[in-house]
Amino acid sequence: MQQSPKTLDVQEIWNLLAEVNDPEIPSLNVVEMGIVRDVRIEGGCVHVTITPTYSGCPAMRTIEEDIEEVLKEKFINSYRITTVLSPAWTTDWMTDEAREKLRKDGIAPPQKGSADKALLMGRIREVNCPRCGSADTEMISQFGSTACKSLYKCQNCLEPFDYFKCI
Amino acid sequence: MNKQQEFEYLLRIADNALIHGHRLSEWCGHGPVLEEDIALTNTALDLIGQATNVLKHAAQVEGAGRDEDQIAFLRDAWDFRNLLIVELPNGDYAYTIAKQFFFSTFYALFLEQLMNSKDEFLRAFAEKTIKEVRYHVQHSSNWVVRMGDGTEESKQRIQKAVDALWEYTPEFFMEDELDVAAKTSGYGVDLAALKQPWYERVKNTLEEATLIVPQDGWGQRGGKQGRHTEHLGYILAEMQFLQRAYPGAKW
Repeated sequence: MQQSPKTLDVQEIWNLLAEVNDPEIPSLNVVEMGIVRDVRIEGGCVHVTITPTYSGCPAMRTIEEDIEEVLKEKFINSYRITTVLSPAWTTDWMTDEAREKLRKDGIAPPQKGSADKALLMGRIREVNCPRCGSADTEMISQFGSTACKSLYKCQNCLEPFDYFKCI
Repeated sequence: MNKQQEFEYLLRIADNALIHGHRLSEWCGHGPVLEEDIALTNTALDLIGQATNVLKHAAQVEGAGRDEDQIAFLRDAWDFRNLLIVELPNGDYAYTIAKQFFFSTFYALFLEQLMNSKDEFLRAFAEKTIKEVRYHVQHSSNWVVRMGDGTEESKQRIQKAVDALWEYTPEFFMEDELDVAAKTSGYGVDLAALKQPWYERVKNTLEEATLIVPQDGWGQRGGKQGRHTEHLGYILAEMQFLQRAYPGAKW
């Protein structure tokens, strides 16, 4: 016997999706990353709306498959996953918990205020070292291990680290 | 703008991103230093993702049952609508950076205007894409300054690249019937209006780099109408080989 999807409400689906991790930053889930934009249940069908962090993010297909998997595990077979581009994903949607987890992982979290006036003005933001907290850091490269990160070096503890850049 | 015109206009946007992205991806494993290898392949990834987004939408507009992969991999050179500059071979690093600097400066201005399009998809696409392209502009501008204001050799190389590529830049702003239709209907962008701001931005960076701004002269054209250099065919031969040899192959 299959369970009807009605046995899970919208909040429970959100909780379920919080079990899906970002394949490139496994300590973060797709809800706290702000990738899941909306969950609705209409006529027994679960509608999940997701948005890519970057246009070319290679993790999107995997994320979609992982979402399908957790839904199917709960016997939800009637679902629809839609990808939208608007509103465009911004690092401002990352929760405070997500930022703290990033920092613990050695990735400097994005500063709030994605309009990123500093970038527009061609200035470099001050980024604190996720290990020792020093503000004496230097950008090595604007592009790091993934599209969403830049590579930095701490002048104080000399550790290189990733900075999750603001978009 | 009828559906056929919209489709053609979307191809121009998507093909710039696809061909430019493919060219940059050729640096994978060949960058002058590891960080630059990563920077250019990340940029390529952004561009190919952007092309996918536009081609997906173009496939719906066309309504002929093709998907984005079929449009990318099963079209011939004369059906591509990209600007000539993006299909040119990479050359040395200075040449690639100059190409990326000229194109991304134009692309950013294009997207800033496209955010006001009457078309819902184009607005969403522009709003998303501009965030990525601003990083591309900053990266390539920094390198133009670094090379121009660098050693004697780096300066000579970047100046040579700027001079050689200059004749491919007027095509950014040349309008044909389709561009005029897109502009007047509010679907697309007023290309001619981008020329002055593009020139200002480019001039500022070149001057900061202590480089000479080339004089305006003859402009190469034809890419948007499907008349390409001989280089495009070679790109397609590599990019499309798998789908041509094994139609419908999936990973």
